Amino acid sequence: MNLSLSDEQVFLREAARGTLSRFKTFEAIREALDGDAAALPDLWPAAREAGWPGLLISEEHGGAGLDAFDAMLVLGECGRVLAPIALLGHLPATAILNDSPAGASLLEALATGERRAAYLPVSPPDDVSQKWTVDPASGKQRGAAPTATADGDGARVSGQLAFVPDAPGADLLVGVALAAPTPEGLVGKPVGVAIEAGGSGVSVEATTRYDASRSLGHVTLKDAPATVLDASEQSLASAWYLAQSLVAAESLGSVETALDVSVEYAKERHTFGRAIGSYQAVKHSLTEVLRQLDNGRSLLYYAGWARGGAPAEFPLAASAARSVAGRALDQGSRTMISVHGGTGATWEHDAPLYFRRAQLTRRLLGGTNAATDRVAGELLAQADAA
Amino acid sequence: MDLDDTQEQAAYRAGVRGWLDEHKSEAPVLDGAGALQDESEIIAARRAWQGKLAEGGLAGVTWPKDFGGQGLGPIEQVICNQEIAKAKVPGILDAIGVGMLGPTIIAHGTDEQKGRYLGPMLHGDEVWCQLFSEPAAGSDLAAVQARARQQEDGSWRLSGQKVWTTNAQFASYGLLLARTDSDVPKHKGLTMFIVPMDAEGVTVRGLRQISGEAEFNEVFFDDVAIDADSVVGGVGNGWGTALTTLMFERVTIGLGSEGMGYNSNRFAQAIAADPDARRDPEVRHALGEIASELLAVRFTGYRTLSALQKGQVPGPESGLAKITIVNGAIKAGDLIADVLGPDALSEDGEWAYMISFLPGLKSAGGTEEILRNTIGERVLGLPPAPRLDKGIPFSELRSKETAAA
Repeated sequence: MNLSLSDEQVFLREAARGTLSRFKTFEAIREALDGDAAALPDLWPAAREAGWPGLLISEEHGGAGLDAFDAMLVLGECGRVLAPIALLGHLPATAILNDSPAGASLLEALATGERRAAYLPVSPPDDVSQKWTVDPASGKQRGAAPTATADGDGARVSGQLAFVPDAPGADLLVGVALAAPTPEGLVGKPVGVAIEAGGSGVSVEATTRYDASRSLGHVTLKDAPATVLDASEQSLASAWYLAQSLVAAESLGSVETALDVSVEYAKERHTFGRAIGSYQAVKHSLTEVLRQLDNGRSLLYYAGWARGGAPAEFPLAASAARSVAGRALDQGSRTMISVHGGTGATWEHDAPLYFRRAQLTRRLLGGTNAATDRVAGELLAQADAA
Repeated sequence: MDLDDTQEQAAYRAGVRGWLDEHKSEAPVLDGAGALQDESEIIAARRAWQGKLAEGGLAGVTWPKDFGGQGLGPIEQVICNQEIAKAKVPGILDAIGVGMLGPTIIAHGTDEQKGRYLGPMLHGDEVWCQLFSEPAAGSDLAAVQARARQQEDGSWRLSGQKVWTTNAQFASYGLLLARTDSDVPKHKGLTMFIVPMDAEGVTVRGLRQISGEAEFNEVFFDDVAIDADSVVGGVGNGWGTALTTLMFERVTIGLGSEGMGYNSNRFAQAIAADPDARRDPEVRHALGEIASELLAVRFTGYRTLSALQKGQVPGPESGLAKITIVNGAIKAGDLIADVLGPDALSEDGEWAYMISFLPGLKSAGGTEEILRNTIGERVLGLPPAPRLDKGIPFSELRSKETAAA
């Protein structure tokens, strides 16, 4: 039993913290919200220097060959400073490619970060819907997964995906499409696809919503030429859960700094002759954030271990991590505002930036609630099997 | 990062499993067909079984070898617990004695006390109980009022009341925290004693709870004579000695975080059988939230174990897991009763029992509010609330409180 960080993991985390400390992210995000999108620093060169684009790519293809948990550590550091960095899109895409011999030639440039990929998020079937689906542009009805029609060695992919993280500016789009009906009866079988973003039939409409630090894109594919990847169905599903784990890790990183700032303020600010942190009401609300944060951390270990050590449990572990982390960020950002009083709700304070991050993130990549629902689905399925 | 046994741990596990395969037919049957019914027969059988576990090296795993233990670490204790659970046999009867009170005596007791008490405790020949909490001293444990007065011959006379005492009805000894000096501030005037439960003036009364069952006792002491050599850890050092017990309590809880049976799989099972409930979004959402947090606690337990393995001692943050478990189980009880309807509340059913038990558990081992205070202060470093009892002799504090009331 060893559920603690290795020396290498501690080093990875410290190095990431050092790298990101060079950027004034909070000020930049505030300026971007005020309309100056160019104020956001380009963190990709720093990410390349640190080797993050190749974290999940095997060494033979120029990557670091590390595990999901290592990637979560880096995302946690990004979350601590709300870093606008394109890893949430890039890393799950590289995970699919790394599992696909047919995609091997694409890996080297992605490992160095010379080219950037974005993951096209398609959620795997759950116990109720039984379908691969995508996030809709608006409303509760989930959209149909893209479809792929065979075309020579490759395929042509059509479909629409809304609010795809890090899609604008990506060189390669990697995800899942369902095979269109064939005479052989291969109806709806999921296949991995890699699509050149600059190719024909691809349109990426850049958009932001509420959180200027998060780059999003609406992706429309019309018979876009694609390389068909030979990743297993489990690997395709796993990319979704990897994305869930990375969101969870990033969110918990944000909770860490939100809590630190709130605790420091609660020690310094006095009312009625004593520090506000000495009042039970304030102390208990901060302790509640810590409780949710600590639960989330434990689930990151679960997800990090399960991806390699118990793949059948990865959907449960990653969904649980996402569920707890999403609520922790919600609680943490709201508590940050409350502890700071009226000041916490003003433009100049950082608390609203955490709040905006929480509000948007809990609704991306299926949303926190869908992850919570999936925890129930996985456990009910386990109960049936028992 | 892994959850696997090392080679040594695997060998230890195989040894424990081998012993259990050989001896599990000798274990008392507590559930199902042929289960023992009579309370005193059950206790006798479980005491005898604890003796066998001790002989096999499956009790006192972390106790030093000098005192009959195995001298092993917390991981081996967990492996042993896991194998006992897998073999579906009862564990030791006196988990409080062996897990918390014995280690306290090992840390603070005299050589005579260690020689006299530890062996019979480990083998279940003498069961122990923990006499700390009182009606007016629970979360604020240092407020105990049970009063021990020293006699001219050095012996003591004890009067007062303890409460929430597990196993007192058949215990041979208790470890008791009493006030021996009221004229100093409250943490300073305390002393720890070993008290024979069959002494004259000791009365044990079952304390029935919401379920109607009496899982705890009240214990009354009316001018009970205690020998001079019954002091553990020195006169006036009772608070420090008590903190050792509470530290071992945290370790015991950390090692058995799922031991209470409040786990996500069990709750999911109750809902899986209902075809409508399992598709109901509200039910699924509630189950998902509860289960995520309980799963987290499982891995918090593994993190604690990893830390213990490296020689770190669990701090007050382990209280967070207790808060999560109890509140998660309360919500699960509500959810399951909502799904099953009034049928869930049959007095002899598992859910009614759980629903009845949990409101009290919220206060066990420190109320949720006190745990949150402690964690806020000791983990987050927030300032304490102003205290009105600091540096004031206990007697003056008492008279103030009495005047206020």
